[in-house]
Amino acid sequence: MNVTATEVTPAELPGRAAALLDSGHRLALAAAHEDPDGSLRVVYLFTAASPERRAELRVRLDPSDPVVPSLAHLSFPAGRFEREMHDLYGIVPADHPLPHRLVRHHHWPRGWYPMRADAGPPPEFGDPEGPYPFVQVEGPGVYEIPVGPVHAGMIEPGHFRFSVVGESILKLKARLWFVHKGLEKLFEGRLPADALPLAERVSGDTAVGHALAFCLAVEDATGVEVSPGAQRARALLLELERLYNHVTDLGALCNDVGHSILNAQFGRVRERLLRLNAATTGHRLLRGGVVPGGSVLLAVPDPERLKGLADDIGELVGLALGHTVVLDRFTGTAPLSLDAARDLGVLGYVARASGLDVDARRDHPLTDLRPALTVPTRASGDVLARFEIRAEEIAASIALVTDLAYGMSPGLTSYWPPLSAPGERASGVGIVEGWRGTIVHRVELTADGTLARVKIVDPSFFNWPALPVALTGAIVPDFPLVNKSFNLSYAGNDL
Amino acid sequence: MTPAGTVGAAAQVLLVGAGSPLLVGVMRQVRARMEGRAGAGVWQPWRDLRKLLRKEAIAPDGTGPLFRLAPLVLAGTALVVAAVVPIATTASPLDGSADLFAVTALLALGTVALALGGLDTATAFGGMGASREMVVLALVEPTILMSVFALSARVGSTDLGAIVTSTLHRPELVASPASLLAAVALAVVVIAETGRLPVDNPSTHLELTMIHEAMVLEYAGPDLALVEWASAMRLTVLLGLFANLFAPWGIAGASLVMLPVAVVVFTVKVALLGGALAAGEVFMAKLRMFRVPELLAGSFVLAVLAVAASFFLV
Repeated sequence: MNVTATEVTPAELPGRAAALLDSGHRLALAAAHEDPDGSLRVVYLFTAASPERRAELRVRLDPSDPVVPSLAHLSFPAGRFEREMHDLYGIVPADHPLPHRLVRHHHWPRGWYPMRADAGPPPEFGDPEGPYPFVQVEGPGVYEIPVGPVHAGMIEPGHFRFSVVGESILKLKARLWFVHKGLEKLFEGRLPADALPLAERVSGDTAVGHALAFCLAVEDATGVEVSPGAQRARALLLELERLYNHVTDLGALCNDVGHSILNAQFGRVRERLLRLNAATTGHRLLRGGVVPGGSVLLAVPDPERLKGLADDIGELVGLALGHTVVLDRFTGTAPLSLDAARDLGVLGYVARASGLDVDARRDHPLTDLRPALTVPTRASGDVLARFEIRAEEIAASIALVTDLAYGMSPGLTSYWPPLSAPGERASGVGIVEGWRGTIVHRVELTADGTLARVKIVDPSFFNWPALPVALTGAIVPDFPLVNKSFNLSYAGNDL
Repeated sequence: MTPAGTVGAAAQVLLVGAGSPLLVGVMRQVRARMEGRAGAGVWQPWRDLRKLLRKEAIAPDGTGPLFRLAPLVLAGTALVVAAVVPIATTASPLDGSADLFAVTALLALGTVALALGGLDTATAFGGMGASREMVVLALVEPTILMSVFALSARVGSTDLGAIVTSTLHRPELVASPASLLAAVALAVVVIAETGRLPVDNPSTHLELTMIHEAMVLEYAGPDLALVEWASAMRLTVLLGLFANLFAPWGIAGASLVMLPVAVVVFTVKVALLGGALAAGEVFMAKLRMFRVPELLAGSFVLAVLAVAASFFLV
């Protein structure tokens, strides 16, 4: 693995970033930092696969006039990271094509930046920072459907504004960011082991993914080597998480086309997987399995039981796709083109369903999973492709778990805490293929080993903008189905 | 007007009014059991109605009297239809004044009133649901008329009681091509009109996919109870009409003695039909919205063929 970190001046940044993007890198993370002396610093992490490369560009800014040249014209995700930085730290991206608020709630007072050291407790609602009207689509017969932020189901808040003619969607604007929790700030000042429960709760359905990315980042920063056996146990937990979430999604997709009996059947399989999770880690959502420096397993999953579940799931998937109405609802619904997927930088099954072959298990391996690891892709990018990708990933995950469980023994393996504190400020990066896609954490530790800054990037941050793109031209009654086929996290997106 | 007819009509209204929530309960229970769930029990719709009736009446800001009036119209028309159509007796005193056209118009009147109530809220969902319901209604009404017309052609009357009585006298007519085609067409429109799968999903919480439910999204408390109750009655009446048009045996004529038997037979018939509909729904998925008109147009074609067959193939 080739890791570089370069200090650049703001003026050099666009040229260096363009060179990295041209050589096959993607912008995986961009985060602002406030150093103890009050100066501001922005770190851009670029990653690339085969051979695995990680390149950091670090830009120091003038604290009295924090302006950084915008990279939005080079990379779409960069533009979103810059808006996030602006809302949380007050760093101004110069020449940004869409300099609207992103994370900032409408009622945060002007000039209040919650991640700054002097932010203090959350203030009263104040003078908002400028109007941010929805783009109005005009024409004969065009009307708007506002949905949310409070929804009928048990989901988090998000406002969707459909501009519709008849039943066809002309434009959809999703406005999220209603529940900023200040999660990244909560990490600050804690010891890594004390911050692990926070990492497990970034997004409830991705406990292993986020805990593992956090632990990898901390281990990278402290130089702790994790034993190969513990890494394999972690990889196994990651696959168990993928399994139960994918099974839930397959059931939910059937339910959204009104075929509830398959949802009930997938629910039955899900329950068996959750019980398997509870037997493996003591928690149905797999909390507590990943610890800094290693892993804890109460038991190793029985491959025979998983084989039985795999047969069950295969049969249910066959029933779903053999149903003409279900197949009709899935086929050709809300396709996301390969070009759009690449330009938006989408990740996970959404990317693979559109033909973008990305998977951090292969591109940034935690442990060598070959030859059991297969990365399925589809070209059509529609709901059917996202359904089929999940079904194939379930089969691949079961093969991986069977492979990983061979010769594995339960128990605690951990090399933590490290023998000595880092002694100086240290940073580390963790990259994990969670079930939704690539999760990246970057941590900075102070000299005494407490967390100075944690930046979390959930794949949902990259994938949310793809939803309106895929939906253009779809019909309103198909929205819930398409939304479910993306199944993006609100919590992981709005930290 | 015979005393048996008057008592019969009253019995029909009571039966439909009290029994329709139970029918909904039975259908939900059948579905739950077939999906491997425990289900809430057949009394749950009645418990829901009781709960809703105890709440205060509330209307959204900016709505007019129409919003409160629509559920009353819906329930009122459903009750009148329950008194008119041959459910337990063919001798309803209203039968003469309320024929096939009147029944169809009464059902449409209820739907239109509710759609206006949905529009009155001026919310996106009310309007969206109303527009979708009108699309379905516009495609359903002609099919109901055509398919029952196919049955009335051989009787020479649009009186529903007369149609049912003639089937009683000549049971071989049930197996005629006209009758069979009309049965299929009517089955499809009954499903569409009552908002069942594959046209609408009565159990969804996804507001953007709803047809009937989107229209009544703003109703609460006693108004919602009325809407739910009326919807259950419409379902019962339509299933009952369907059952008696094609299998009228057990229905009471002018005889008072037959009436209790007819009530029991009708209950069994509707419960069986409802159970079969619910069981069928388990294996169905919801059609894409734009495929619904294709389905309904298909049923209309069947109804037209039924009319043609009733003239040429008898």
